[in-house]
Amino acid sequence: MADTAVADPDAALSPAQLAARHGLGVAGSRPSLAAYSRTLWSYRHFIAAYANARLVASFSAARLGQLWQVLTPLTNAAVYYLIFGVVMNASDRVPNFIAYLCTGLFIFNFTQTAVLQGTQSITSNLGLIRALHFPRACLPISVTLTQFQHLVASMVVLVGIVLVTGEPLTLQWLLVVPALVLQSVFNIGLTLAMARLGSKISDLKQLMPFIARTWMYASGVLYSVALFDEHLPPLLAELMRFNPLLVYIELVRDALLASAPLASPSGQLWLLGIGWALLVGFGGYVYFWLGEKEYGRG
Amino acid sequence: MAEQTDLVTHAASNGTHAASNGQRIPTVIADDVHIIYRVYKGGSPGSNSPVAAFKRILTRTQAPTVREVHAVKGVSFTAYRGEAIGLIGTNGSGKSTLLRAIAGLLPATRGQVFTLGQPSLLGVNAALLNDLSGERNVALGCLAMGMTPTQVRRLTPEIVEFSGINERGDFSSLPMRTYSSGMAARLRFSIAAAKKHDVLLIDEALATGDARFRRRSEERVRQLRAEAGTVFLVSHAIGTIRETCERSIWLESGVIRADGPTADVVKEYEQFANRK
Repeated sequence: MADTAVADPDAALSPAQLAARHGLGVAGSRPSLAAYSRTLWSYRHFIAAYANARLVASFSAARLGQLWQVLTPLTNAAVYYLIFGVVMNASDRVPNFIAYLCTGLFIFNFTQTAVLQGTQSITSNLGLIRALHFPRACLPISVTLTQFQHLVASMVVLVGIVLVTGEPLTLQWLLVVPALVLQSVFNIGLTLAMARLGSKISDLKQLMPFIARTWMYASGVLYSVALFDEHLPPLLAELMRFNPLLVYIELVRDALLASAPLASPSGQLWLLGIGWALLVGFGGYVYFWLGEKEYGRG
Repeated sequence: MAEQTDLVTHAASNGTHAASNGQRIPTVIADDVHIIYRVYKGGSPGSNSPVAAFKRILTRTQAPTVREVHAVKGVSFTAYRGEAIGLIGTNGSGKSTLLRAIAGLLPATRGQVFTLGQPSLLGVNAALLNDLSGERNVALGCLAMGMTPTQVRRLTPEIVEFSGINERGDFSSLPMRTYSSGMAARLRFSIAAAKKHDVLLIDEALATGDARFRRRSEERVRQLRAEAGTVFLVSHAIGTIRETCERSIWLESGVIRADGPTADVVKEYEQFANRK
């Protein structure tokens, strides 16, 4: 073509001016929050497919395959019941201890696994990140989605356990759905935040299992929440009530079990649940978005 | 007359100044780009001991296990629409790193890269899920490139057909971990090549597969080149560079040693390589 133009008017411009003149954008610059959310929405099929693919892949090498989705929570419940229900005899204090224990365990597991895997969701996918363009938030969100699918399988098991142990089937059970939705929003935010932290602080991966275990003991999963008031100073016991996981576990216990001991009245639980979901969900999303440019660097 | 209006609307639709006719339109501008990797491995023996780590925390010094690798050191160039540019240089000279920076996948530490639209990196190392079947990996890869489910359904048979993994029986429904390395590389290339691109970056993509697949993939790259505005090609096969690129950039230890017509740059590079 006409490469041999007489005098190139661009010759005197600096690279940045030349780029501005021809409408070039900076490679890998961060989009605005609204534009980022729109792109993320257009990638919803990728998020769903990736979550589903990870679910299938995680069982593909096992002979029993997807049956493990149900067997894993059952085995977990059996082990904890043996230790805390039979050996340590915590079941005296709580009516229907096995249902109480399983509710706490399954709900806690949802957050714990999502957060543990989310912490590594950027670092373990660097190959994919350095090869293809997509909003990086897809990765932690799909981790949460995979765990949500595990949770649904666990809930089927849980409903079985609750019914077998003689709890009545009431309309209040429907409250499980909004409670799990709130917890999912909370988890997505937390997983996003942890994914950004984990991509910068490589030691976090070693530390997370201990943090998760401490959190589990502080969430009244394995024993009656009444113990908080009996053994902790009043101020600390009051603080414990704000623990988001305790809130979500109690919401589900309140919905499913007729006479479970609760740390807070259910009205307060709902308010706390909504508050945590909004705060962590939105905060985590914004925090992750702010780091969008850095994720390829490793 | 009709042709001219067509040209003008075409240029205008790409967000450029249609009035500046006859002028070259830049598509990629690199302005003094530096890229520094931080590597958290390979410290000297003893530096990783608990005592040493504790000492570092007390004295607040950087861990010696964090090493900085200065891969690209102040690269500047301007690429124009319609150009095919070859990137040559010895192993580890920063070619692939530079491509990733142009694609916006690896942020530049200093300096800036300006691009027209979204450049796409056509590499062979897009990691997929090895436990899944080839067909599902195709769908996943296409979705990750931003296609809609309808497009994916339409393209999947084509991609599998192009990759030729079904030539030895129905491999597309088997998990990817059962594939030979050549088959996996062919499938990954076929997925990446399924999309049309504005600025196309090709990283050693032609070096995969057997002779037959290489011919087919070269044909596909020519098609993509015809559709794309600007093409960057990284390859050690000087023959391929000579055939496809009219301009070449020679990168050595992260610095541009030569930038100009392929014939000149390649001659200089070959003298350098033979001297060693």
